[in-house]
Amino acid sequence: MARIAAGVGSSHVPNIGPAYDSGKFEEPDWKPLFDGYKPVKKWLQDEIKPHVIVFVYNDHGSDFALDRVPTFAIGVRDEYEQADEGFGRRPIPTVKGHADLSWFLAKELIYNEFDITVCQEMKVDHGLMVPLPLLFSHEPDWNIKVVPLVVNVIQHPLPTARRCFRLGQAIRKAVEAYPEDLRVAIAGTGGMSHQLHGERFGHLNTAFDERWLDLIESDPLQLAALNHREIMAAAGAEAVELIMWLVMRGAMAEKVRRVHRNYYAPMTTGMGLIALADA
Amino acid sequence: MREPKQGKVSDWGIPGTYVFDGTRSRIGYELNKLCYSLTDPKNRKLYRQDEEAYLAKYKLTKQQLDAVRRRDWLALTKHCGGNIYYVYKLGATVGAGLYHMGAQMRGQSYENFLKTRAAQGAR
Repeated sequence: MARIAAGVGSSHVPNIGPAYDSGKFEEPDWKPLFDGYKPVKKWLQDEIKPHVIVFVYNDHGSDFALDRVPTFAIGVRDEYEQADEGFGRRPIPTVKGHADLSWFLAKELIYNEFDITVCQEMKVDHGLMVPLPLLFSHEPDWNIKVVPLVVNVIQHPLPTARRCFRLGQAIRKAVEAYPEDLRVAIAGTGGMSHQLHGERFGHLNTAFDERWLDLIESDPLQLAALNHREIMAAAGAEAVELIMWLVMRGAMAEKVRRVHRNYYAPMTTGMGLIALADA
Repeated sequence: MREPKQGKVSDWGIPGTYVFDGTRSRIGYELNKLCYSLTDPKNRKLYRQDEEAYLAKYKLTKQQLDAVRRRDWLALTKHCGGNIYYVYKLGATVGAGLYHMGAQMRGQSYENFLKTRAAQGAR
C-alpha cells in the first residue's frame, strides 16, 4: 500500500523562477536561498526516492479566475502545462501527473466528506513551478510525478487553518488506502510573511516566520487554531497562504523528525523551507 | 473567527490592508476579469496597441478607469476592488514590475523602497 514518505514546507516566491532560469545560484544575494534547497533535494533523491508528490499550492489568478472559486481542487491529469502569468513560460519540461492516484485520492476524499473539485483541465503557475525544480531534477525530464492540489487563498472566505490540517489528515488516510506500494511525498507551499498590496506592501515579520517554522514541526495544532485575521495582521495579508503548509503537516505523523530547515528574507517575502519525516 | 465590520467594503482592522473578500470582489469583478484576460499574450499585445479600445470591452466604473489610466496601483487595490495577483498582470502588460508597483503603493520611489530591503540583489 502507498505511504507518506516525506513532507516539505516551502515558499513559492515568483521571482525565484527567473533567477533559477538565469542560473543565479552563486550570486551573493541569491546563494543563501538556493543553497538551502540542496540538502533537501539530495535527501529526496538519495534517501526518500518518492514516486509521486502531492503538491499543495495556490493558483494566483493565472489559470483559475474569480468566476468560480473552488475551496480545494485536485488535478487529475497525466501532465500539466504551465500557465502564462504575463511573462510567458519558463524553459522547464511539462510537469508529469499521476492520474490514477489523483482520481483515487479524489474519490477517497469525497467519500471522507471533503468536497474537493476535480479538474480534468488545469495549468500550473509559479505556486508549483517555483519550488518543484528546487526539489526535484528535470534534466532530461522530471524524476517525479505530481498530484496538484490547489487551495483558495485568494478570495475570502478561505478555508480555515484547521480545515487545511484536517484535509492533510484525510490525504494521509487516502494515500494509505491506495493499493500500490508508492512512496508519496507531500509539499505545502506559500508564504512566508509578506504583503503585496496597499500601503503595507513590503511588510515582513521574521519572528513570526521563525516561530511558524518551529511550530509546524513541533506543535502544528497551535497553528491550526489561528484565524486568518491573526495571521494577516502579524505576517501580512498575502501570508495567509501559509495555511497550506498545514495540509502538508496534517498528512505527516503526529511526531515528526526535522531533516532540514532554512530561512532567508532578502526582499519582500520570508523564504522558508522545512523538510520533515515521520518520527 | 472575528467578523470584519460590515459596510460598503469590509474593514478587517489591519492598517494599510484591504482584504480581498466578497465586498471587494464584487466591486472589482470586471476589473479583475480584465486583468485575467491579460494571461493571454495576444491580449497583452492588443492592450498595448490600443488601451482605450481594450478597456471599453469591460464594464469598469469611472473610478476604476481613472485608476487604470493613471497606473494608480494603490487606488486599484484600495478603492477599486482589484486583487493584487490580477492587477499584477496589468502591471506586467504595461511594463510595471511588482516592486515598482509596491514602491508606489508605499508612497516611495523605487530606489528608496529598495533601500528598505535586506538584500536587494535578490530581485
